[in-house]
Amino acid sequence: MAQVMLRKLVKNYDETPAVRGIDLDIADKEFVVLVGPSGCGKSTTLRMIAGLEDITGGDVLIGGEVVNDVPPKDRDIAMVFQNYALYPHMSVYENMSFGLRLKKVAKDEIARRVQNAAQILDISELLERKPKQLSGGQRQRVAMGRAIVRDPKVFLFDEPLSNLDAKLRVQMRTEIKKVHQKVRTTTVYVTHDQIEAMTLADRVVVMNGGNIEQVGTPNDLYHTPATKFVAGFIGSPAMNFVPCAIEEAAGALRVRLSKDIAFPVPQDRTQRYRALVGKSDLLFGLRPEHITEQRPHMEPNQHPFEVELEVTEPMGMETMVYFLVEGTELCGRVNPDAGAQDGKRMKLVADLGKMHLIDNASGRVL
Amino acid sequence: MSATAQAIGSAAPAQRASLKRSRRWALWWSYVFLVMFAIFFLMPPVYMLIMGLKTSHEIAAMTNPWWVFHPTLENFKALLTSKTYLTFFRNSAVISLAVVAITMLIAVPAAFSLGRMKFWGSTTLAAGVFLTYLIPDSLLFIPLFKIMAWVHETTGVALLNHWWALIIIYPTLTVPFCTWIMIGYFQSIPKELDEAALIDGAGYIQMLTKIFLPVALPGIIAATIFAFTVSWSEFLYPMAFTVSTDQLVLPVGIVTTLIKGDVYNWGQIMAACLMGAAPPLIIYAFLMDYYIAGLTAGATKG
Repeated sequence: MAQVMLRKLVKNYDETPAVRGIDLDIADKEFVVLVGPSGCGKSTTLRMIAGLEDITGGDVLIGGEVVNDVPPKDRDIAMVFQNYALYPHMSVYENMSFGLRLKKVAKDEIARRVQNAAQILDISELLERKPKQLSGGQRQRVAMGRAIVRDPKVFLFDEPLSNLDAKLRVQMRTEIKKVHQKVRTTTVYVTHDQIEAMTLADRVVVMNGGNIEQVGTPNDLYHTPATKFVAGFIGSPAMNFVPCAIEEAAGALRVRLSKDIAFPVPQDRTQRYRALVGKSDLLFGLRPEHITEQRPHMEPNQHPFEVELEVTEPMGMETMVYFLVEGTELCGRVNPDAGAQDGKRMKLVADLGKMHLIDNASGRVL
Repeated sequence: MSATAQAIGSAAPAQRASLKRSRRWALWWSYVFLVMFAIFFLMPPVYMLIMGLKTSHEIAAMTNPWWVFHPTLENFKALLTSKTYLTFFRNSAVISLAVVAITMLIAVPAAFSLGRMKFWGSTTLAAGVFLTYLIPDSLLFIPLFKIMAWVHETTGVALLNHWWALIIIYPTLTVPFCTWIMIGYFQSIPKELDEAALIDGAGYIQMLTKIFLPVALPGIIAATIFAFTVSWSEFLYPMAFTVSTDQLVLPVGIVTTLIKGDVYNWGQIMAACLMGAAPPLIIYAFLMDYYIAGLTAGATKG
């Protein structure tokens, strides 16, 4: 069993806080991705789990034991670094077997494990080569191989795909997922790329400013973000935010975005939003994919509105349309055949069933 | 074809031709300067060789200095059969090899700890190490002389006029510089490499021997060559600290034994210098590629 638990984990560099007392439970065999912008503390957290960074406060537990003062080599972890960190003077085989040789594992056992890992990663042909004779993707595989052969309790990945080009990154992402399906080792993966986080993770941990904003499955984060930060960070293009007000007229609630645009609040949310009538500093949040062209049959919570398009961006399978509401730019995704044109007025439809209401002051989704 | 296309079509070969011409000029000038440098730097050894092959009589006759009319190996033979010259050679060789060994034993771990293991005061210490190198030996030899005399008085161990004492003295010249160039070299190795080794289960000693030494080999070889050259060619310290003929090293031995009063045995002096210059030359030739890699590798952060 190799759960990883973080208890009130704190890291300060001199007086500057990098991680501000986070709690996190990672289950055995789970693939957890820490994601957030630069400087949010995700890499620091990973390095504290690895033992490469001293812990200022709190505890790191691996397999139920506090490992705060356990050196990295005794934590039974393996780490894959952003720049691969392969030993340049050793062959691929030597690189992968280095840890086992230090542990004085029997030679045939080492050979067996290296061959096995090489097979999983499809690098059996490369075992005699030196790192400088390998491409970026191959080096990344070797770095993963070095982690796999050790059969550790926990895999740690520190932005392993950042050095690869876009195409290879997508390919290696799938590889990593496949490897995890085969090896089923508890994995903590750090990235700043939300798409990587969404595609790889069993659960995603969104970090911001040294705190955890939200922990959840990719779908949870996408559909029910807890904060404005998560709502804006997850999803591409990002969620639209417009200042709004909740109005009540004849018992029904409306969310007003501008003088001309006001949508009825869906029935199932009326109760929740009634207390917000007249409250200032509210934001209306809706993802671009929930603003579409008008179709013949509208769903119950879809409501039409008309705007003048500022810019249209044809992407082939869809067209992104940008328009202004009370000075705020919003983005929608329409069918390429819907006739969207720069500067033309267009009837669009908002799916209110997918709307979010955010308290701008606290950043909480209400 | 339109006028523009025609213009472009004719301009391209002209441009290529002009590039070719300017490249030819650049090459031509490169060769001119390279030949000049080669002549300038090869003149002394060639002159030494020519003089070494001449008899004293021919040298005294002031014939064409760049030609040997009656070549002879007498000077080389005389030196190679002379016990004194071979003693100088042996002293120099033993001292240089021992100094290289001692320097590496001190400088490699020092550079590793100063360059890689961040601890309180490590940056200041590293700067301090380099500062000691900046003090010239012409300022140091008098205090060192006093220290050696003091050691003799207090412990009874006579350091003055013993060639082996130079093995203790020379590292004061070699260790700071070698440590300094290796600090730079060790620092240029990405920190993820030691972190990967730490996670793989290596201790600091294993990290040094299994990862850092092989990766930093060009830097270490560069430092080795430096230490050897400094010890082999050092003149001031042996001049100050050794007197007896059997205690001398090559650079001092040649000028003190082959110049008697105002009699210069030019043939033998030149032959001795030429043979004395051979060991560093051979080492350079073998390790040149590593040396150049070592000098340039620390320059950019890889």
